[in-house]
Amino acid sequence: MDVLTLSRIQFGATIAFHYLYPPLSIGLGVMLVIMEAAWLKTKNPIYHQMARFWTKVLALTFAIGVATGIVMEFEFGTNWATYSRFVGDVFGSALAAEGIFAFFLESGFLAILLFGWDKVGRKLHFFATCMVCLGAHFSAVWIVVANSWMQTPAGYHIVGEGMHARAEVKDFWQVVFNPSMLDRLFHTLCGAWQAGAFLVISVSAWYVLKNKFTSFARASLRIALAVALVASLLQLASGHHSAQGVGKNQPAKLAAFEGLYDTSSNAPLTVVGYVDERQEKVVGIQIPWMLSFLAHNDFHTPVTGLHDFPAPDRPPVAASFFFFHGMVAAGMATILIAALACFFSWRGTLFKKRWLLWVLVFSVLGPQIANQFGWFAAEVGRQPWLVYGLMRTPEGLSAVVKANVVLTSLILFTFIYFLLFAVFIYLLNDKIQHGPHDDDLIPSGKLALPSELTEHK
Amino acid sequence: MTFDLNTIWFILVGVLFTGYAMLDGFDLGIGALHLFTKKDEERRVLLNAIGPVWDGNEVWLVTGGGALFAAFPNVYATVFSGFYLAFYLLLASLIFRAVAIEFRSKQPMRWWRQTWDIGFSVGSILSALLMGVALGNIAWGIPIDANGEFAGTFLGLLMPYPLLVGVTTVALFMMHGAIYGVMKTEGALHDKLRVWAMRCIIFFVICAATTTMATLLYVPHMANRVRANPWLFSIVLANMLAIANIPREFHHNRDWLAFLSSCGAMITLMLLFGLNLFPNLVYSLPNPENSLNIYNAASSQKTLGIMLVIACIGVPIVIAYTVCIYWIFRGKVKIDRMSY
Repeated sequence: MDVLTLSRIQFGATIAFHYLYPPLSIGLGVMLVIMEAAWLKTKNPIYHQMARFWTKVLALTFAIGVATGIVMEFEFGTNWATYSRFVGDVFGSALAAEGIFAFFLESGFLAILLFGWDKVGRKLHFFATCMVCLGAHFSAVWIVVANSWMQTPAGYHIVGEGMHARAEVKDFWQVVFNPSMLDRLFHTLCGAWQAGAFLVISVSAWYVLKNKFTSFARASLRIALAVALVASLLQLASGHHSAQGVGKNQPAKLAAFEGLYDTSSNAPLTVVGYVDERQEKVVGIQIPWMLSFLAHNDFHTPVTGLHDFPAPDRPPVAASFFFFHGMVAAGMATILIAALACFFSWRGTLFKKRWLLWVLVFSVLGPQIANQFGWFAAEVGRQPWLVYGLMRTPEGLSAVVKANVVLTSLILFTFIYFLLFAVFIYLLNDKIQHGPHDDDLIPSGKLALPSELTEHK
Repeated sequence: MTFDLNTIWFILVGVLFTGYAMLDGFDLGIGALHLFTKKDEERRVLLNAIGPVWDGNEVWLVTGGGALFAAFPNVYATVFSGFYLAFYLLLASLIFRAVAIEFRSKQPMRWWRQTWDIGFSVGSILSALLMGVALGNIAWGIPIDANGEFAGTFLGLLMPYPLLVGVTTVALFMMHGAIYGVMKTEGALHDKLRVWAMRCIIFFVICAATTTMATLLYVPHMANRVRANPWLFSIVLANMLAIANIPREFHHNRDWLAFLSSCGAMITLMLLFGLNLFPNLVYSLPNPENSLNIYNAASSQKTLGIMLVIACIGVPIVIAYTVCIYWIFRGKVKIDRMSY
């Protein structure tokens, strides 16, 4: 295989593995803020027990997230050096800002969240939890700024010619708020909230099914279901808005998502199916006119097809279509599951419906699949561009790196990541089997002080 | 020397990497000493001495890298693609030591703990060594072609001088880690670490003296500025005094002042390195005209200005809460339920 293929596989694989973890950190961060707030407000020790249990799971996901995150940063320089030279002026600032505003905040206060239980008072601990959650959100902000700039570059100008041409910042706020940034940020965050909420749902449902830690599990389930439903519904709105943005800013990408070759008014929306790239058509169940309506809020407005773009500028159609539709299907499933579970929870019959509880146990996969497929759709759909309309993917490679070297690092990291994943699953399972600690029902250290004293009223 | 934006960013990147050395240096050093402690209890105490702070420390590397990317993208591209395999080994080492800290104490089995102990220790030593080797290559000079691309090989990076700098870095971090360990422990472990700290100081002084001689003999350009400005020799003196001060503070039972002294030694070393490298960031050997300096490798003035605003807002806040967090976790380590 050539350097290009290997480098793309390596970047795709390392980022896909990394992206299993940050959404969990963001989502669990929100869950922990809610749990601790509930504890502060109600003084019910079960929320304290809950926060301590999920803190340990957060620590596990966070450690792997940090360890695999540095790899991404290094890869820009090692594998995509020409790209780094071209965009450093714009893209580098976003990465540096992420370090300064997000990572320090997150990792610094994580110390208090994890190890400060007995060292600081309730309010300071809650503050630290909020800061970890905020830091995790900031990191999403800056990395989505950087990635969105690659999708819809703005606020830059090209300086120099030929090999020395590069993008430089012209207007910083236009770089930050580039056309797709807000849509994609919100979409990413909703996906992360879902990932955190459904992890809590899955584990709690399993406890209920196994009749273990029932009061803990039921209380956790109620909080997580509420978060999951809100996040899933927001995700529906966000997904719709994002797709309209794609249609406006990256029409070739939207055409590939839907496998639309000929520009047509009354364009159909495919529910299930696949793209036959040779015949240039979609095989599957379609709803006529629906794509036009979803993309333009009007049944008759034409949607641009792939034939309107020169062949070298078209993304890989079948893959874009597959990942996009896979994401939508998984996303819809999470909404359905959350809505059903909330409905039965409201009716008070959820804990009797064993089939639904089993669905909830496996629902943890829904947001993960949607998040992974969504990113694949977004990045494959951006092809053949590395920076949309400015730099093609092969042009960004490092000039001095050879295929055998990339193959070496790819094999090394494949091995390491499989090992990490196996250990992660093993430890997560172990944590879940042991469940919450009974000692956690009784706060210790400074947390145990009567709240009137610590709150000083 | 005028203080334009390029110079300021040279200094700021230097500050970030110095911060990294002072902070992550001690937890890498603890990692290097890890296998020398034989008892599980002692290993846990040392792990928990760095437990709350190690990943915050590593962020200094992430942010330093980000700042280098943003301020001097050409350096970032040339060095990272040029040092490809070395950096992947560094990444693998950093990953192993990071997850080992988190995984180790989660299971009681002997084989489990021993495996992660080795991962933690070897990962820490290799990380320190590789960073030192990278630094040594930057000091020695690396082959760069007219397009600013790296023109050497992986094995070409493993020459004696860079390896010497690598070993010196390991020694420096071991010394720093041992002193941090002294500060955070009590009882038998405390006394043992104090002896080790003294041995580490001797090990480091031998390495540093050798590196200094090698530098003066073979890398004369790394002493040019100090040679031209004799008053800068005061930094060398300050470095020596800082190291000599460590045993003195130990003697007076002021462990935290010994740690600050060790930080001072690191700052003066980085200062000497930066002063002699300036205005280059990557010295090109054998064609010095291809060197990457703070002007031909930099981002636009506009970006450097924006980044300076970001740094001026962000860095003071970061330092403020980092100090608070170290304050909260001050004192000797106690193992409890939440510990590693």
